[in-house]
Amino acid sequence: MNCRSEVLEVTVEARQVEEAMLALLHTILLHRSSGKFHYKKEGTYSIGTVGTLDIDCDFIDFTFVRVSSEELDRGIRRAVSEFKDALSISGSDGMGQISLEFYQKKKSRWPFSDECIPWEVWSIKVNVVNLANEQERQICREKVGEKLGEKVINVVEVINRHEYLPKMPTQSEVDNVFDTSLKDVQPYLYKITYQITDTLGTSVSTTMRRLIKDTLAL
Amino acid sequence: MDSGLSPQDKKDLDKFIKFFALKTVQVIVQARLGEKICTRSSSSPTGSDWFNLAIKDIPEVTHEAKKALAGQLPGIGRSMCVEISLKTSEGDSMELETWCLEMNEKCDKDIKVSYTVYNRLSVLLKSLLAITRVTPAYKLSRKQGHDYVILYRIYFGEVQLSGLGEGFQTVRVGVVGTPVGTITLSCAYRINLAFMSNRQFERSAPIMGIIVDHFVDPPCSSQRANMGHPCNYRAPDEEDGYAGVQDSQEVCTTSFSTSPPSQCVCTLSPSPSKLSKPLPLDSLPLPLAPGLVTHTLYASRLSYHHPAQAGAAELCHPAANQGLHAGKEHGGVVLVPQPPHGADAHLTVEHAANTPGSSGGDDGLTHSGERRRDEGRSVSPSDPVESLNAFTRKIGAFVNKSNTPITAASLDLPFAAFAPRGLDSEENDPMVQPPDSPPCPSPLQASLHSQGSDGSGQQDDFVMVDFRPAFSKDDLLPMDLGTFYREFQNPPQLASLSLHISSQSMADDLDSLPEKLAVYEKNIDEFDAFVDMLQ
Repeated sequence: MNCRSEVLEVTVEARQVEEAMLALLHTILLHRSSGKFHYKKEGTYSIGTVGTLDIDCDFIDFTFVRVSSEELDRGIRRAVSEFKDALSISGSDGMGQISLEFYQKKKSRWPFSDECIPWEVWSIKVNVVNLANEQERQICREKVGEKLGEKVINVVEVINRHEYLPKMPTQSEVDNVFDTSLKDVQPYLYKITYQITDTLGTSVSTTMRRLIKDTLAL
Repeated sequence: MDSGLSPQDKKDLDKFIKFFALKTVQVIVQARLGEKICTRSSSSPTGSDWFNLAIKDIPEVTHEAKKALAGQLPGIGRSMCVEISLKTSEGDSMELETWCLEMNEKCDKDIKVSYTVYNRLSVLLKSLLAITRVTPAYKLSRKQGHDYVILYRIYFGEVQLSGLGEGFQTVRVGVVGTPVGTITLSCAYRINLAFMSNRQFERSAPIMGIIVDHFVDPPCSSQRANMGHPCNYRAPDEEDGYAGVQDSQEVCTTSFSTSPPSQCVCTLSPSPSKLSKPLPLDSLPLPLAPGLVTHTLYASRLSYHHPAQAGAAELCHPAANQGLHAGKEHGGVVLVPQPPHGADAHLTVEHAANTPGSSGGDDGLTHSGERRRDEGRSVSPSDPVESLNAFTRKIGAFVNKSNTPITAASLDLPFAAFAPRGLDSEENDPMVQPPDSPPCPSPLQASLHSQGSDGSGQQDDFVMVDFRPAFSKDDLLPMDLGTFYREFQNPPQLASLSLHISSQSMADDLDSLPEKLAVYEKNIDEFDAFVDMLQ
């Protein structure tokens, strides 16, 4: 199957990286999370309710909406802060990319492990800049806020094309499509990875880690 | 259209669309309350959370939305619109955005109503949640409070975007195809908020010169009956006497003129036929003539209380001012506090040279001045005092003053005879130059009148004056710079540099050379001793 791939690019100051990433990732996940499924007999199911929360950014003139789930927020924050640390280690004018991938599991027979087939990948490219004085920082605050607004509109546009989404699974298959480990919401299975490009931009630096949300490796 | 749709599906679809419309309104209004929204996720479905989203229902908002819909559903040609506007504590208001829920004819027959459409509507609501935080009005609404409030208005029917000023932008939130049509949700928002941001919280320059209502008697009781009730923060229940809400043809929008920032003249231009009654006005509520539809604006900030006012304004919406609609021009019609009085209030639409002034034409005044000059006038022959007070003429900042000032005679004003006399001399017009406002409405004017330079008496009458630069007196030399300069401009040449003398001395030098050498050789010991001493 074809995997849909979208790329977003932002240019931010070092201290804005975390909030910018959280804003975009949470916006995407808001659209890709559903309430918890409760399967009833006869193959029907009911869906729980998803709450939302407004989050103001401290370093950017921006407010975004995220799913009201602390577990989900924790998972995203962990990934973003690793990305941020890797970026700052690489140097002040670093470039990096964080990817949010939605996938489906396909069970294979033993001895082969399960396949992860992505159906949508969002890549966010980040350019980190250094600013000289407070006035520039203030302008940057507003500009980045506007840019993030545009990115949110882009995200919404893509999602509202209503292109491929995995079929709603039966009870036995639900773990192949959704992440059912959370207590209050049920996002599609996803994983977050990142890459850092060093300042020369010519080679990819060593840090390449996989953050796997589900304990699915084995 | 419904041939392929089972009755149950049709019923479900109608229900979905209805609740979707109600939830859309809730999301939009709640996003403009000025507070952060927080709702909880719940893993067990409660059955009352439509589209599996926890969106609170503010009863007043639901009530308003249901009233606007009046039992109908958004359909083809029947759009549901939520208009968000800003109103300052001085009474000026400006439309910020209009959210439109529309349906077009493109049907998707194969789609499953109960499942796919429902889920897609849910995604669309989530998108709406995200987008409402992105448009410029969000930031404004978060800062509302003492200086301004954000109001909303729900209407059903045709979409009106004329009040958004020129160059407004549109963002599409999303579309959902259904077997009866495609639902589209979009937002058109004003982008030239620069006017507001420049003077958002300014107190120094009065917005409209003298506030007109100071000189006005409170409206008499007979007029009260025709007044729209003030903008209400609670559930309104006085709306009964007014024409059906569906009649959107009689809606007029209000907005600021988007000319130079110092201006904010607002004029209402009702259609001629509706001018039978005055428009009495307190500091805020704008009463309506009968026959004009009121679409009450409700403060979206439900707990907001402005102590000084009886209530916020209610905008009256006279008949379609198609000729005025902004489109490319500056924001169409603008609102001004007008004194309540018994006479007809004829209000003009200002500026825009190519505004036909059609709707206001018969009774109102046409202004064909230059674009940047906006003029709002209320002329009531029976009440010259009112006209005097109501006349506010603003000159835009940075207007090039070289243009001849517009006199009453040059204007095509039917009631020019009643115009205030002080029209010609702008310097004396207190409204143009309020005494204590720091930025002069026309800075060029100031420079034209004053001389500017304070130097050594330079006039423009070509009088020769001795140039006396500062600090030119010199105690040592009892002469001035000019004399000094002239004297020492041509000094005599150095003797050694003059030609004929040098040639002569050259020959002498050569001749005397052997003698000098003989003397030096004789004293060679002395020279050696000297050199040794130096080392």
